[in-house]
Amino acid sequence: MSLQVRTMADMMASGETPEILFWVGCAGSFDDRAKKITKALVKILNHCKVNFAVLGAEESCTGDPAKRAGNEFTFQMQALMNIELLNGYEIKKIVTACPHCFNTLKNEYPGLGGTYEVIHHTQLIQDLINTGKLALADNGTFKGKKITFHDPCYLGRANDVYEAPRALIEKLDAALVEMKRCKTNGLCCGAGGAQMFKEAEKGNKEINIERTEDALETAAGIIATGCPFCNTMMTDGIKHFEKEEDVKVLDIAELIANAADL
Amino acid sequence: MQQILFGVLTLLSFGFFAFNLRKIAQNIHLGQAINRSDNKAERWRTMLLVALGQKKMFSRPIPALLHLALYAAFVITQIELIEILVDGLSGSHRFFQDSLGAFYTFMISFIEVLSVLAFIGTIAFLARRNLLKLPRLNMKELAGWPTQDANLILIMEIVLISFIFTMNGADEELQSYAGNSNGFAISSWLGPILFDGKSTHTLQTLEQIGWWGHIIMVFGFMNYLPYSKHLHIFMAFPNTYYSKLEPKGQFTNMQSVTNEVKLMLDPNADPYAAAPTDAAPARFGAKDVTDLTWKNLMDAYSCTECGRCTSVCPANTTGKLLSPRKIMMDTRDRMVELGDYKRKNGPDAEDGKSLLGSYITEEELWACTSCNACVQECPVNIDPLSIIIDLRRFLVMEESKVPSELTGMLTNIENNGAPWQFAATERMNWANED
Repeated sequence: MSLQVRTMADMMASGETPEILFWVGCAGSFDDRAKKITKALVKILNHCKVNFAVLGAEESCTGDPAKRAGNEFTFQMQALMNIELLNGYEIKKIVTACPHCFNTLKNEYPGLGGTYEVIHHTQLIQDLINTGKLALADNGTFKGKKITFHDPCYLGRANDVYEAPRALIEKLDAALVEMKRCKTNGLCCGAGGAQMFKEAEKGNKEINIERTEDALETAAGIIATGCPFCNTMMTDGIKHFEKEEDVKVLDIAELIANAADL
Repeated sequence: MQQILFGVLTLLSFGFFAFNLRKIAQNIHLGQAINRSDNKAERWRTMLLVALGQKKMFSRPIPALLHLALYAAFVITQIELIEILVDGLSGSHRFFQDSLGAFYTFMISFIEVLSVLAFIGTIAFLARRNLLKLPRLNMKELAGWPTQDANLILIMEIVLISFIFTMNGADEELQSYAGNSNGFAISSWLGPILFDGKSTHTLQTLEQIGWWGHIIMVFGFMNYLPYSKHLHIFMAFPNTYYSKLEPKGQFTNMQSVTNEVKLMLDPNADPYAAAPTDAAPARFGAKDVTDLTWKNLMDAYSCTECGRCTSVCPANTTGKLLSPRKIMMDTRDRMVELGDYKRKNGPDAEDGKSLLGSYITEEELWACTSCNACVQECPVNIDPLSIIIDLRRFLVMEESKVPSELTGMLTNIENNGAPWQFAATERMNWANED
């Protein structure tokens, strides 16, 4: 089944208002791996008949990496342009699969005139399941599998969202195993603070290798994440240890789409 | 004579302490304004839980319990200090003993038990530092003075507790000669063991040594604090009260930048108009402690260099130069240096040094992943990340010193609204791909 995606401009032209805006984010739009997460989430939204829209070509970087890199000018240029667009469309509620977009939209836009209800996609999916709109098929995909969850810093510590992703993993017929550093003590994947876009400073180890070791220690067959950047870092870590055959790195949206036979 | 001596000593101690407190207040005021007067109920709650209740200490139970023993002993002993002050000034002996009776015995016993626990805690802390060589207590930023400072405090605590038991123990032995007993939990059996058969004169001397030694140590300790990392015992309270209450991921939006960006985006703005009255600050971001907020500077005074932040820092644990604890230690050292310089040479005097450059290097700043682990971990809610980001802001916006790969990322955002080189028109491609 092809994906049903409409843009805000399209909806506006036909006088319709979506319930929620899906903020796809740059990774979700352009990164080949992250695009799969985007599509998994859209499958879920389509399946649950959620009335949503995307900004499409009108979407632009939230400015998060610029702000973390210390360039407040570029951040605020992006923020003010996005806010003008979002306010123009009278957006009330936003969902995103990127914790960096989530944090910036939720916490840093209100001070610049953009106040929205912003949720992470794991929270939306949890809500869809809790309200009975999404049922997981009993297809045994994850039966007997061990899944560990890597907390994205900008979802966990930055915004205290620890439970929604875990509640979803527990809904799968699988065992959730925690890494020794998890939740408030979770170790960063190494991508935050604009590190994604540069080489690491001189050290004796890459941070994603350290974190992948934590994950491998749990003997989980799946490392679940909720962030496209964490996904990249953990995937690279797994490649480093040549464990691609045994360990998969998947977003929660992908796990759920899979379990719901979508 | 002794009372006069005691009175003078007390006055000098409190006077010198007040003098140093004033310097600390002045140094904190070197920082920029930030409003932390909102949400008073939440602030009191945070202070009660985090400072008084030591909530965050308990993520590591063993040091938390050892620390609790020292902390409780310290707080409760303050009650006994009231009596010492009264006795010292009036020449009385155990002023409250008769009037309080059994409660007095209970109080002193309680203090004695806590003191024993504190003694054990102190020994354990010395062992952790010097014998077990706990990594976070033996890092390079602690070489020299910080290590001596830490050991000195612990030794002072041992001496202090020893004086308490010398005093109470000698007193107990004296009482037993008259067929009495103070009945205190520890000294009633420890006294006879330590001082069995000593002459009345020796015991009286020992008690005096204990009493004077104790109070001199207390005064000495109090006046040592302003020079020491141990100042956290006071600063923990205001520092947690003035904690950042917003989500940890929320960074400040710089108002000065907003003004300029709005002007840039406004098609009707007159580019030649006179600068608005709330003109842009002298500098974007922070180069020196005077560019940081007073809360950043209060954070620096609250740091007791425990290194929990550094032990959880992903950059530090993978061998990078960054240590959040060093950021706080550098901030304090620079603040004290600049404060002293300005007191000597006038408020506008500049010494040609700065926090960024003279103390903190660019390499340290660029190692940060902004993951907030250090902020989460700090038992007194210090926020090293906000200093790191403000220093980065200066590097990027004032000096254009950006790692080259980041220049590319920033240019891409400015040109095509994404950190990578993709056109906006390609944003929906995923919807039509397999």
